[in-house]
Amino acid sequence: MDLDPEGLFRDDSDSESEFYREKDSTKEFVVYLVDASPKMFGAARSDEDEKPETHFHAAINCISQSLMAQIIGRSYDEVAVCFFNTKEKKNLQDLNGVYVFNVMDRECLDRPTARLIKELSYVEDRFMSNIGSRYGIVSGSRENSLYNALWVAQALLRKGSAKSVSKRILLFTNEDDPFGSITGATKTDMIRMTLQRAKDTQDLGISIELLPLSWPDEEFNVSIFYAELLGLEGDDISQFLPSAGEILEDMTDQLRKRMFKKRKVKTIRFSIANDICIEVNTYALIRPTSPGQIMWLDSVTNLPLKTERSFICADTGALVQEPHTYFHPYKNEIIKFSMDELSKIKNISDGQLHLLGFKPLDCLKDYHNLRPSTFIFPTDEEIVGSTRIFIALHRSMLRFQRFALAFYGSLYHPQLVALVAQDEITSSSGQVEPPGMHMIYLPYSDDIRHVEELHMAVDANAPRATDDQIKKASALSRRIDLKDFSVCQFANPALQRHYGILQALALGEDEMPEIKDETLPDEEGLSRPGIVRALQEFKISVYGENHDQEEANTAAAKGSGSEASRKRKAMAETAARESASYDWADLAENGKLKDLTVVELKYYLTAHNLPVTGKKEALISRILTHLGK
Amino acid sequence: MARNKEAVVLLLDVGPSMHSVLSEVESVCSMLVQKKLIFGKSDEVGVVLLGTDDTCNELQKEVGGYEHIVVLRNISVVDGNAVDFLQNLPRGNFRGDFIDAIVVGIDLLIKKFGPTNKGKQRICLMTDARYPIKAPYEGTKEDQVNTISQMMQTHGIRLDCIVIREKLPEADLRVMEENDNLLDQFSRKAIAKIVHVDSSTSLLGALKTRNISPVTVFRGDLELSSTMKIKVWVYKKTSEEKFPTLKKYSDKAPSSDKFATYEVKVDYEYKSMEDPDKVVPPEQRIRGYRYGPQVVPISSAEWEAVKFKPEKGVKLLGFTDASNILRHYYMKDVYIFVPEPGNKKAIVAVSAIARAMKDMNKSAILRCVWRQGQGNVVIGVLRPNISSVDNIPDSFYFNVLPFVEDVREFQFPSFSSFPSSWQPNEQQQEAADNLVKMLDLAPSSKEVLQPDYTPNPVLERFYHFLELKSKQPDADVPPLDGSLKRITEPNPAVFSHHKSVIDNFCKNFELKENPKKKKSSKRAWRGKPSTFSEKEEGVDGEASDIQSSNLMKDSSNINVEKIGNLNPVQDFEAMMARRDSSKWVSKAIKDMQNHVSDLLENSYDGDAYSKAIECLVALRKGCILEQEPKEFNRYLLGLYEKWKDTDLANFFELLSSKSLTLISQKEASDSNVTEEEAKNFPVKTELKF
Repeated sequence: MDLDPEGLFRDDSDSESEFYREKDSTKEFVVYLVDASPKMFGAARSDEDEKPETHFHAAINCISQSLMAQIIGRSYDEVAVCFFNTKEKKNLQDLNGVYVFNVMDRECLDRPTARLIKELSYVEDRFMSNIGSRYGIVSGSRENSLYNALWVAQALLRKGSAKSVSKRILLFTNEDDPFGSITGATKTDMIRMTLQRAKDTQDLGISIELLPLSWPDEEFNVSIFYAELLGLEGDDISQFLPSAGEILEDMTDQLRKRMFKKRKVKTIRFSIANDICIEVNTYALIRPTSPGQIMWLDSVTNLPLKTERSFICADTGALVQEPHTYFHPYKNEIIKFSMDELSKIKNISDGQLHLLGFKPLDCLKDYHNLRPSTFIFPTDEEIVGSTRIFIALHRSMLRFQRFALAFYGSLYHPQLVALVAQDEITSSSGQVEPPGMHMIYLPYSDDIRHVEELHMAVDANAPRATDDQIKKASALSRRIDLKDFSVCQFANPALQRHYGILQALALGEDEMPEIKDETLPDEEGLSRPGIVRALQEFKISVYGENHDQEEANTAAAKGSGSEASRKRKAMAETAARESASYDWADLAENGKLKDLTVVELKYYLTAHNLPVTGKKEALISRILTHLGK
Repeated sequence: MARNKEAVVLLLDVGPSMHSVLSEVESVCSMLVQKKLIFGKSDEVGVVLLGTDDTCNELQKEVGGYEHIVVLRNISVVDGNAVDFLQNLPRGNFRGDFIDAIVVGIDLLIKKFGPTNKGKQRICLMTDARYPIKAPYEGTKEDQVNTISQMMQTHGIRLDCIVIREKLPEADLRVMEENDNLLDQFSRKAIAKIVHVDSSTSLLGALKTRNISPVTVFRGDLELSSTMKIKVWVYKKTSEEKFPTLKKYSDKAPSSDKFATYEVKVDYEYKSMEDPDKVVPPEQRIRGYRYGPQVVPISSAEWEAVKFKPEKGVKLLGFTDASNILRHYYMKDVYIFVPEPGNKKAIVAVSAIARAMKDMNKSAILRCVWRQGQGNVVIGVLRPNISSVDNIPDSFYFNVLPFVEDVREFQFPSFSSFPSSWQPNEQQQEAADNLVKMLDLAPSSKEVLQPDYTPNPVLERFYHFLELKSKQPDADVPPLDGSLKRITEPNPAVFSHHKSVIDNFCKNFELKENPKKKKSSKRAWRGKPSTFSEKEEGVDGEASDIQSSNLMKDSSNINVEKIGNLNPVQDFEAMMARRDSSKWVSKAIKDMQNHVSDLLENSYDGDAYSKAIECLVALRKGCILEQEPKEFNRYLLGLYEKWKDTDLANFFELLSSKSLTLISQKEASDSNVTEEEAKNFPVKTELKF
């Protein structure tokens, strides 16, 4: 959390932080284009006591969530929110049926702000009165709201060059046939126009992505219209499986995942044998999220400060240039290294991933871990045939329950890695685990500590649980079973609180938000009689009947004080008694403290619970400070 | 005052059978001493050799016997000489007796320390234990071991023993078994650890070269519930040993200054933006947290008042099937939970739960706050660690799991959704199966490159270089040692042993540089950033860039049956990709050839050249993918023959400038054109096919 001055250096800590941050520096501009036709407000699912859930709500929800993530992680990206099929219009082109949503102090396409997030989450409440909803494409009118929407979105994305910025339009709709209500030549004409508009937009380097919402009883049919608009073909369409739409939450989940732009860390070569060297992309799917970098401000003006670094020779105090020589003290000498030598030492491989062989999965122990894993997925971009080899190895590794041992010769942190094949896992909410391999960074022998051996019993066997005790423990674990536990079902309470506070402060709110800590154990569940009984039985089985009593006794024994604490107490008492026999104020007044012995001085310090370390002068000055002189 | 100073006696077998690994013994021992020179300057080291030609030890002088054992260096504080000794070990020609050597080692320690320094004395034996030891004067060998163990225990001496056997000679099997049993007896009767290694690489990693005093992360209750608690101590099980931080060097100090530090200090000044000369004092600085475009200033006191403050404690959330937690979710270095030492109840309770978890294949989920005042909580998974050694209690490993915020749920295409040209066929799958099966690094439980015995090659190299430089300041960085190369590169011995499997694998798969990728500028495919078009980017990513943009695409979801004039490239690719009948490939190639010919024939002053080239590029690629190089080569040569003397000749110059050559054998094995010939086309016309 602190500004790490070391991080500015070109040494290990720098490359380390690189591992945790993603390299991809391209900015992203996104226009969220949300269909606001009455169809979007139809109930997608209705609960009797609750307000009906609408597709519109789901879309807004997704966007809010993604903005929240973005403001934390990638706040330089710019976004715009735009509704179409609206009654009101608000856009620069003054086109009908398109409403660009915005808040104060912000361009239409700009970085997300706290206010935008907040107001967007309330937009539904007054949507009907402020913006209004209606079908934009109706027979008898030449109005084409989809066309208009694409035009507005394209215009919003005009700024920034396509080279340095990736531009996307994310289209949320539940209407798979937007021109279904009209017929004849008008229809063909409007379809042609709209497709042409989309085509032009894509030619400008803007990608259009569709996030379809389906009804429970009818699936969104991409091939009616949108496949053409998006330029999907053959296999793509089947791959572009719109959400089954059984449950709205699942759908929201799926949409949310889709909204992420996949960012690779880098492309590396994976050398398998002889000349066979394939190419894979690496992705950082799991990295700890930190509260973000801080910057130093002037507390008077609240303006950011400039950090200046200077190098000073410790011997002469002279200002020097940033040195390029380093040294390590060794055998009372100074061994100098140039930058070049240091990088040569670290450079023990060629940056590629080298296959060393395969091992059964149970050779990968639970303690063989150091850092978060990295995901690898093949690419045929430069080497055609990579994917085929990868798939074949992937299948074989899954079939034989083996992982590949490889050496990842990255330049700054060469390491042995285990490549564990992961089969694709899907659920109703889409892909849960992507197919590919996970690269697990293995420790070296120097990194593993043999702690267990510290408390080795000599010439005596360590006690082991009996079968009955194990049986009781099994019963207990069956009782307290988290059936559908999934990794990362918890939000990080510290982080949630951090951002909650920041948001409140950014909006100038007084009240600090309450964050629920989901990570606490389920006390209510644990107090169910079945569990309490299982716990009790296990406790008696391993601890015996009178455990609590025994513990209490030991605690009581301890309370009366171990030998050391008794001694300490006695010393404090003596000190207090002795200390009382001096007139400290008087001694201090007359400068006579220095005539006392250290032992006598310590009486005062001990009696007043002050540290008793240091030389005599230190003791005296401590007494004086305490006396307030 | 070195409270943690340690005394080590290295007992090194230099007998004839050890000669092959002695250079690794030299380097691991000098590494140990080197690290002591840096991290444990007051540690003491003694060196005893066994299997030497001479004999030189006090016991021999006092009581006789103890032959072929030399005390190379008495126990004394580490210095550079120790490194020199260890790097130049003499080679002995006699069979050493390791039990004798242990006794000599103990004798050294007792004479030096007497009853003091208990628990900080260590004997480190490296031998292959291949030769029989002498029978004692009285009693059995086992009795002798018992007596020695007793002595070690009373004096608080540990034994670390590394048994090195690269390959097992059949003949000595019985002797080795006896020796192994004797050594194992030490581990039962005294504090001793016996490690067997079978390669020079693992030898380098087998000895802990640096002592790190373990610190508990947490001591207290593992709370199963508010009423049932188990006393545990938590340590780090793994923690990365980092590359040493070097200091910045300054040459400004005058040479006369004996106490010069040569260090460079780094100073930071914070200056205000408006007035670059004004330095802002620390107390006037305040932290600002970014929130979107805003920066929110919060003082540390304010922050302290509102921040998340969980209560210290380790609480069980519940148990779950081990399969619910995939291995790649482990986030950090690993912790170990050991029951409170000496607390029988805790040891039994941990043992019961660990064994139950193991039997039922369960994991436990914990919420941990290690310290009071820690600003965050840790969620992690507890896994059983059933002890394989009788005198070590059962324990748990603990791995940190990610929170929602830490996971990026990127979506990747299913492998099954890839075109069939990307899928391995049966034969290829079999080749891969064989490779995975045969390239086995853990055959019959003889696992190589175990992390536990694998040294860090970078650190090995650094310390080696450090020592070298201390003697030879202008030395070059030495190349990586052979034993360390076994870590960074595949073992040629293993690979040549399975040559047929590997060759078969290589034969079955083909790799080619993507020719299109080479040619296309970076911009071309950057311009199409689409999340689900992984496939498009690879195979036909440029298609839409190439075609003129104001034409509407043909309805592409219906099957293409002929190549039209509007989007010939796309039509061609669509036809090539059709899987419903094999005839489409040949038809596509035929049609495309006709299309190109038409274009050229109707070309006026080169106006159709660019279109024709696009089509040829697609045709070439398609022919490579579908293994039809001859079709393409024949056609291209035909074209050339037909038009080389007409005004279309300049078209062929254009071809070579676009590196549109014949398809060489390298790109498609069926081709009979060599790379050289391909490159020379159309300059060299005498081509045959």
